[in-house]
Amino acid sequence: MKTDINKLGLDVKWQDMTTGTSVVHSGSSAQFNTGDWRVDTPHFLEDQCKQCLLCVPVCPDSSIPVVDGKRVDFDYDHCKGCGICAKVCPFGAIEMRKGAK
Amino acid sequence: MAIRERLSGNEAVSVAIRQINPDVMPAFPITPSTEIPQYVSSYVADGLIDTEFVPVESEHSAMSAAVGACAAGARTVTATSSAGLALMWEVLHIASSDRLPIALALVNRALSGPININADHSDGMGARDCGWIQLYAEDNQEAYDNMVMAYRIAEHPDVLLPVMVCQDGFITSHAVQNIYLLENEAVKSFVGEYKPENYLLNAERPMAVGPYAVTNYYMEARRAMAEAMKNSAGVIQAVAKEYEGISGRSYGYFEEYMTKDADHVIVIMGSATGAAKDACDKLRAEGKKVGVLKIRVFRPFPAKELAEALKNVKTIAAMDRAESFSGNSGPMAAELKAALFDAKQYPDIVSMVYGLGGRDITVEDMESIYADLEAGNFESKGLPYRYINVRE
Amino acid sequence: MKGLTEIRWHGRGGQGAKTAALLLADVAFSMGAEVQGFPEYGPERMGAPITAYNRISDEPIRVHSNIYEPDYVVVVDETLLEDIDVTAGLSKDGAVIVNTAKDAEEIKPLLKGYEGRVCTIDARKVSMEALGMYFPNSPMLAAVIKVSGIMPEEKFMEEMQSSYEHKFASKPEVIKGNMKALELALVEVKG
Repeated sequence: MKTDINKLGLDVKWQDMTTGTSVVHSGSSAQFNTGDWRVDTPHFLEDQCKQCLLCVPVCPDSSIPVVDGKRVDFDYDHCKGCGICAKVCPFGAIEMRKGAK
Repeated sequence: MAIRERLSGNEAVSVAIRQINPDVMPAFPITPSTEIPQYVSSYVADGLIDTEFVPVESEHSAMSAAVGACAAGARTVTATSSAGLALMWEVLHIASSDRLPIALALVNRALSGPININADHSDGMGARDCGWIQLYAEDNQEAYDNMVMAYRIAEHPDVLLPVMVCQDGFITSHAVQNIYLLENEAVKSFVGEYKPENYLLNAERPMAVGPYAVTNYYMEARRAMAEAMKNSAGVIQAVAKEYEGISGRSYGYFEEYMTKDADHVIVIMGSATGAAKDACDKLRAEGKKVGVLKIRVFRPFPAKELAEALKNVKTIAAMDRAESFSGNSGPMAAELKAALFDAKQYPDIVSMVYGLGGRDITVEDMESIYADLEAGNFESKGLPYRYINVRE
Repeated sequence: MKGLTEIRWHGRGGQGAKTAALLLADVAFSMGAEVQGFPEYGPERMGAPITAYNRISDEPIRVHSNIYEPDYVVVVDETLLEDIDVTAGLSKDGAVIVNTAKDAEEIKPLLKGYEGRVCTIDARKVSMEALGMYFPNSPMLAAVIKVSGIMPEEKFMEEMQSSYEHKFASKPEVIKGNMKALELALVEVKG
């Protein structure tokens, strides 16, 4: 059974397709950078942040990493710029700006 | 030791399923295959097998449950006929494209309408392009043997495609006839245990089955599937060879009956083959060079091998128990013509549609078909495409 | 047994002609024969005329078509004689066996000029006497064995005894009655 997903890409040959197009790996969505879908971008204003972490669970793309109990800057490889985090932040610590960056 | 028995075709397939003891059987009853889930569920109730029998609410659900069960890692079987297979159609493609080695006992029956419950290959022929391997049986013995061989073909790592084991509704499914069964142990060790490499219930290796494929991937996925179907040809032969070792019965892509020196050959599938063989014997006794070629494996279609087997033949009756409404021929006849054209062989081929909705066909009918082939002169009689035993 | 014997059964849905054909296949199988037993299915209605068939041979049987030129015809319900040409294609050297209380002479005019042997058996009488109920299967089966001579009667009775012991394992009380029905029928069949 063919299971190597590393060869999947725009120029994959049929010989390198996985059997039945199955994906026999977990967490493979990390390899799919959805950050380039973004038209608005959240900016993390660290000095306003109280680390309440309300923004973390509402992110649909798990793009707010938490390290040692504290959120850090956005994972821009995967953030689609939906803006939910900015809406939910009670402290104005997330600012949405026009543009992909 | 072979066990001498007398069983109907449905009983024969059910016994094979009992001997295989698959993990899951989702099924919905439909004539004339109803007896198969009936028998299997009684085996389960009697504790003869530990198959999980799932009574579903439709054939669409039956095939969906089969896909789910097989993807989860279970050896899975189901059975159906006619409209039941038609209702499965969408999911037949899911099963094959997800490369799930499901076995389906198809008891061939006419599709509506007019509504009819009798033997006809319209159901199987309608599903011929779904990516399933298709084996057609002449009698209860072949239906049994094909069922025993099915998983060895389907589960082979170079194949991983589902298999339809087909037999003619009522004509073989409900006819009791002599049969030789294998011992339970012989079937068990021949079929072996199902050990899928990856499956949904394997917590060690989580997987996704049936993800969306954008245009960039779809064609490559289908091409890979086509390769698996091509690979199955060699596996079908190898499994048959091994099966011959335990059963003494040999099977190929097709059976050649007196074709070696034949000028006129009937190419046919299923239960009507016997009538053609009997007619062939009668005419051979009169010194006529006639033969019968029975196709067992319709998917993959053994084009090259058929061309080789028919290379010295002058006329062919390609007999379809199904209409394809192409206006030119039945479905098998069309594929046979394409196979011979590719081989640059141009015998006269008459597409003959027979036996629809259970219409009987006799030894005498077969004799008159041979007489037609011998008389030749097809052009003057219009298109080489005609109906047998139709009132006109 | 020599060559191929073909038998056609005419009955009505629910009377057990199909079961009788399968029983005949069973008993011939147990004698070492190659057999076929199969029904011709139409709309499945109680009372509708149905046909069932047997082929019994010493060679493997390949043909699966219906039987148009039988050696024997069994008519399980005599009311069929008025509507159905039961002797169509029947061999003159064979026989038709009719379940009736009438004589063969009374039946003949209904058989569309059939010139061969006409046998009768009052399966109702036999069944009522042996079983106290009307099941024409067993008497008709015995009658066809007697008339066709496809197997010795004693051997047939032995096989049926063991077949009933298997079939009626949970109600052994009916075995005796069925065996008696067979015994009586072997004597009662006329012609």
